[in-house]
Amino acid sequence: MSRPLLEVNDLKKYFPIKGGLLGGIKAQVHAVDGVSFHVSRGETLSLVGESGCGKSTVGRAILGLFDITAGQVVLDGKRIDQLSARVLRPLRRRMQVVFQDPFSSLNPRMKVRDIIAEPVRNFGLATSKADLEHKIRAVAELVRLPQDALGRWPHEFSGGQRQRIGIARALAAEPDLIICDEAVSALDVSVKAQIVNLLQELQKQLGLALLFISHDLAVVEHMTHRVAVMYLGRIVEMAPKREIFAAPRHPYTSALLSAVPVPEPATDRRRVVLKGDVPSPINLPSGCRFHTRCPYAFDRCRVEDPELRLSDKDHFVACHLQQPGLAGVAGVAVGQD
Amino acid sequence: MPDSLPLLEVVDLQTHFRTPDGINRAVDGVSFTVKAGETLAVVGESGCGKSVTAMSLLRLVPEPPGKIAGRILFQGRDLLALTEREMKAIRGKELSMIFQEPMTSLNPVLTIGFQLRETLRLHEKVDRRTAERRAIELLDLVGIPESRRRMSEYPHQLSGGMRQRVMIAIALACSPKLLIADEPTTALDVTIQAQILDLMTDLKRRIGAAIVLITHDLGVVAEVAERVMVMYAGRKVEEAPVADLFRAPKHPYTQGLLGAVPRLGASLLDAESKLLEIPGVVPSLKQRIVGCVFAGRCPHATDICREAMPALDVKAPNHIAACHHAATEPAAA
Ligand SMILES: Nc1ncnc2c1ncn2[C@@H]1O[C@H](COP(=O)(O)OP(=O)(O)O)[C@@H](O)[C@H]1O
Ligand SMILES: Nc1ncnc2c1ncn2[C@@H]1O[C@H](COP(=O)(O)OP(=O)(O)O)[C@@H](O)[C@H]1O
Ligand code: SF4
Ligand SMILES: [Mg+2]
Ligand SMILES: [Mg+2]
Repeated sequence: MSRPLLEVNDLKKYFPIKGGLLGGIKAQVHAVDGVSFHVSRGETLSLVGESGCGKSTVGRAILGLFDITAGQVVLDGKRIDQLSARVLRPLRRRMQVVFQDPFSSLNPRMKVRDIIAEPVRNFGLATSKADLEHKIRAVAELVRLPQDALGRWPHEFSGGQRQRIGIARALAAEPDLIICDEAVSALDVSVKAQIVNLLQELQKQLGLALLFISHDLAVVEHMTHRVAVMYLGRIVEMAPKREIFAAPRHPYTSALLSAVPVPEPATDRRRVVLKGDVPSPINLPSGCRFHTRCPYAFDRCRVEDPELRLSDKDHFVACHLQQPGLAGVAGVAVGQD
Repeated sequence: MPDSLPLLEVVDLQTHFRTPDGINRAVDGVSFTVKAGETLAVVGESGCGKSVTAMSLLRLVPEPPGKIAGRILFQGRDLLALTEREMKAIRGKELSMIFQEPMTSLNPVLTIGFQLRETLRLHEKVDRRTAERRAIELLDLVGIPESRRRMSEYPHQLSGGMRQRVMIAIALACSPKLLIADEPTTALDVTIQAQILDLMTDLKRRIGAAIVLITHDLGVVAEVAERVMVMYAGRKVEEAPVADLFRAPKHPYTQGLLGAVPRLGASLLDAESKLLEIPGVVPSLKQRIVGCVFAGRCPHATDICREAMPALDVKAPNHIAACHHAATEPAAA
């Protein structure tokens, strides 16, 4: 196999907090603090975790929306994190993004036709006027927007239709990878199902890679091939979906899954209720970042930061309970039943 | 209260809004009851009239442009017949509420302690010291650590989960008979949602309040409700005990909703599983809908659905639905 489409190596992004009399840097938000993963062609990798754990920051770092603090972003074998805007431009075409609220990212003064045409023109993808028109129509058809939608304004559409427009605009650039940042989170149940199904079909049809950022674990399970669970700027567990959902190994993953309410009354599930809130990413806890909320924390957790290590085939876990010699204790991870 | 008399009885509630492009029939003839101590969930997609129903019960709908009609009998009194002054005495005392975003209902420039004490002093006529003591007890009750110190903090100094706890503390300050919770956990992470739902269930048991829980999350419904009412486009389309609704939904809209939600574990059993789609979108509430409100999206719709509004009929014991084609289960012998 060739190299994966996207590689992220030890990515860090700290946001400085200015303050004090001289406006110097007072502290730093450790938004992303050493994250590594890859996404292959045609694959969906999901980033999950509570709000503030750094999911969107990872997405924005990949897109080059700001300078990263450390690490590498590699697209198709080529490092892209330090390129100038001009050199990055043609590469950026290959990575598109769909946000939660398509409305704020759709220009209200552009008709749908022009919104879709913009990336085609910008990246010089059409050979002629007729070809441009053909491409616009083809993309609209892909996302199942009715042809008469092309002549209308974004505000005339419902949330679900706007999300189709957002996806159409992303597809118009003919990308290899789409980053979906909470792309279906704000949609109503029935419409969410339409968009989730659409994304899955598009992926199969076009061989797209998806980086699917979401806090909705049931949608993630439905959509994804692999999952990376984030906590306070780190990946704490990463594995194929079946492993994550049927046999989670990190106590945080177990707790997160057990907190999801299931639409089946009277199911008796063991719930791991996590105490308190996520600690501040400014003053990180010592040792394992999760130790302040972990039901299994022991002495070592408070002092030593566990590394993300391979614990089984394709299954990475950052937890002292998973270290060799402690294998017996690993069984504490609480699964869904 | 005798078993026969419900705590709340809403009869033919109609809340309409006058807008520049027509009358918005946000709530269009909705009736339901809530018994003392029970939890009724109101579910439906956005814009179907859940919040307007809640605001109507509290008489917090701006009038104009809104107009509430029907009857809202709370402990036998029609709230729509009360003066604003009488209503104020009930709101926050016997009838209280929590909203999705506590920041909009907590006053940002007043301390947590002040807001709790005010609620207590307004309704319970207690002195300052008693109010202070009770306020701290309430913060302890809803699980806010270091309650004494928190009293002097402002809402923005708290996390989302903590703010929602404060809202619950304020709502419970005067031991209400009925708590109306509009999407109380929607803005929270699942881990914090689990804490808040546990807290609500626990407090309900202790205080014995009935809850009207408004949510779009079927998982939350399954977890905490005893009875469920499903709303669609301003109307009630189905109501049943929670287990019956999930086991054997009668209305095609409810069936559609249940098929559209992904479930944890489902895709592990069946890799090819596809989510059920409900085609189309919720209709505009500004046109009078003749016939069934769901007819435009319903896979079973026939001419009668487009012509006549289906009545809410009993389809199984304690189970009603408004659908011309929903089968009626034979009553158990
Ligand atoms: N531009 C920024 N300046 C300062 N802090 C930021 C900025 N963007 C994000 N953060 C902080 O970084 C952390 C991670 O944020 P984010 O990546 O948005 O999390 P998520 O998407 O998982 O909710 C949060 O604590 C957030 O407040
Ligand atoms: N103050 C208002 N003025 C005009 N229309 C309103 C007002 N409040 C709500 N509505 C309308 O009432 C309908 C129902 O809204 P709402 O009850 O908030 O829905 P839900 O809570 O189910 O999402 C919507 O069409 C909404 O636009
Ligand atoms: S009445 Fe007709 S349109 Fe309405 S839900 Fe039943 S079958 Fe569908
Ligand atoms: Mg985010
Ligand atoms: Mg609402």
